[in-house]
Amino acid sequence: MADDLERPGGDAEPEAPPHAAPPSIWPFAFALGIAVALIGLIISWPIAAIGGAIALVFGFLWIRDATREVRGTPSPAPPARDDEAVELEDETAARYPRSVFLEGATLGIGALIGGIVTVPALGFAVLPAFVDQAYDAVDLGPLDNFPEGEWRITKFKSVADEPEDVSRRTAYVRNNGTLDGQASFTIISNRCVHLGCPVQPQGLTAEEVTEIDAESGPVEITATEPSGFVCPCHGGAYDIEGNRTAGPPVRALDRYAYSIMDGRLVLGEPYSVGSVEGEGAEAQITAYKIADPGVHVDGLEQYFYPYVP
Amino acid sequence: MEALVLAPVNWLEERSGIVGAISYFLFRKVPRGTNWFHTLGSATLTAFIVQLVTGVVLAMYYVPDPDRAWDSINWITNELTLGWLVRGTHRWGASVFIILLFLHMGRVFLFGAYKYPRELNWLIGVAILLLAMLEGFTGYLLPWDQTAYWATVVGININATAPIAGPFIADFLRGGTEIGADTLSRFYAMHMLLVPGALIGLITLHLYLVIRLGVTPPPWGEDAEPDEPSPNGRPRGAREGLVDPKPRGNGGPAITTRSGVEE
Repeated sequence: MADDLERPGGDAEPEAPPHAAPPSIWPFAFALGIAVALIGLIISWPIAAIGGAIALVFGFLWIRDATREVRGTPSPAPPARDDEAVELEDETAARYPRSVFLEGATLGIGALIGGIVTVPALGFAVLPAFVDQAYDAVDLGPLDNFPEGEWRITKFKSVADEPEDVSRRTAYVRNNGTLDGQASFTIISNRCVHLGCPVQPQGLTAEEVTEIDAESGPVEITATEPSGFVCPCHGGAYDIEGNRTAGPPVRALDRYAYSIMDGRLVLGEPYSVGSVEGEGAEAQITAYKIADPGVHVDGLEQYFYPYVP
Repeated sequence: MEALVLAPVNWLEERSGIVGAISYFLFRKVPRGTNWFHTLGSATLTAFIVQLVTGVVLAMYYVPDPDRAWDSINWITNELTLGWLVRGTHRWGASVFIILLFLHMGRVFLFGAYKYPRELNWLIGVAILLLAMLEGFTGYLLPWDQTAYWATVVGININATAPIAGPFIADFLRGGTEIGADTLSRFYAMHMLLVPGALIGLITLHLYLVIRLGVTPPPWGEDAEPDEPSPNGRPRGAREGLVDPKPRGNGGPAITTRSGVEE
């Protein structure tokens, strides 16, 4: 400091304070006033006026403080420190120096920014696969196309807003007649419960295809007379009710819930099946929440899969 | 003439030190007995670089859309000039990459190069192997033909059979409960962005550790590491003098060459 050098016998004199305005809260209040005024310009005039007033008052106080030295008004003396207080402050500074604070602040703010960027991106990558997953209802057309006691192969579009190429599914449908006055259908998914290949009906299949333009997408219906279902990939075999008879599958074939609306057969959600006892309308089905192929739904192995999304 | 060549090199070296670093890497000492088996790692790296280059070019023509993916692959293979070559290189290079990974892994195992102090590099190598398999799995779907589709159905469902986490992994891979357009685009993103990025990072770490710890001498050579522990307690990572665990800087072992020139 130039002052110190010019002063004779400077060593004995106490060091002059630096030429800087004392710490002040006014700039913050002034900035707040400006912010309120700007928001007020958008929202309402009275708020702008209040903000302006705040800025004016604290701006004046700030200028008064900052120009004290220039105007020759002595600034209020800093509170006297006794030696003990000074010593304590030094100790605190040594234990928690500025560099440590800056290091922590850099790491902390860096982690915060990293988290702000990463968490939503990670959520976007993962969550859409689990949230809002529902099966669309599929209209399979008038009941006339499903004569009692006969099997039909139905091919349909399973998801409304996906291209047909990737959303075409197949189900095997049999009209079981009625049970207690209620229409009964057996609707078996063609997804093999070993690893998901398409199972094929074992038996003659008609060449004639009935095409229906339903609201949920085009439907193709073909007559067939299966004695069971077999998977081409790894040889899983099922009987006519979908029970496993041979090969690697771990449960019976999945089925679809259904409803009848205005004389049309409508597919609901698929569900998984442990096993089926009996046949046709009288079949007793142990049903479970739809599970991926290869996932056990019953027996001891079901405890390998405590959570099914 | 020599000055003409050296001038830009010196300019670069003075400002970056990169020339020294590269020559350190290329001319570092290796133990006696280093042989052709030691080139399997570099060969694997080369195969990976081939996959990177051909993959980047294929991405200029491929369309990850269920309606057009197969058509674009067909277009690349049968219509575009040299498309058959680049796609063929990428397709067969994938197998070469995986085969070389396993051969390199076998060499490391048989030479005992996974032992102290190189355990960490073995672990990184295993991660690289798993990611390379993931590259193969995700890349297989992209042609979007019957083979690709059903192989992926089966592959995802194999993942689903893993205890506890399986169904969640399968849903994540499919992007939902059913295979669809999302599956193709997320496989594409994983195949060309996520996994290659992770692979590049891990390969960099892998090479850093190779340079830091030195090449393992073959078990039959003069420099072979004996079974009894090292007398001076230092790692027998490489020839005496290659690994010098003198604390320096961050406290880690420094690497010095035989001539004593520090990196």
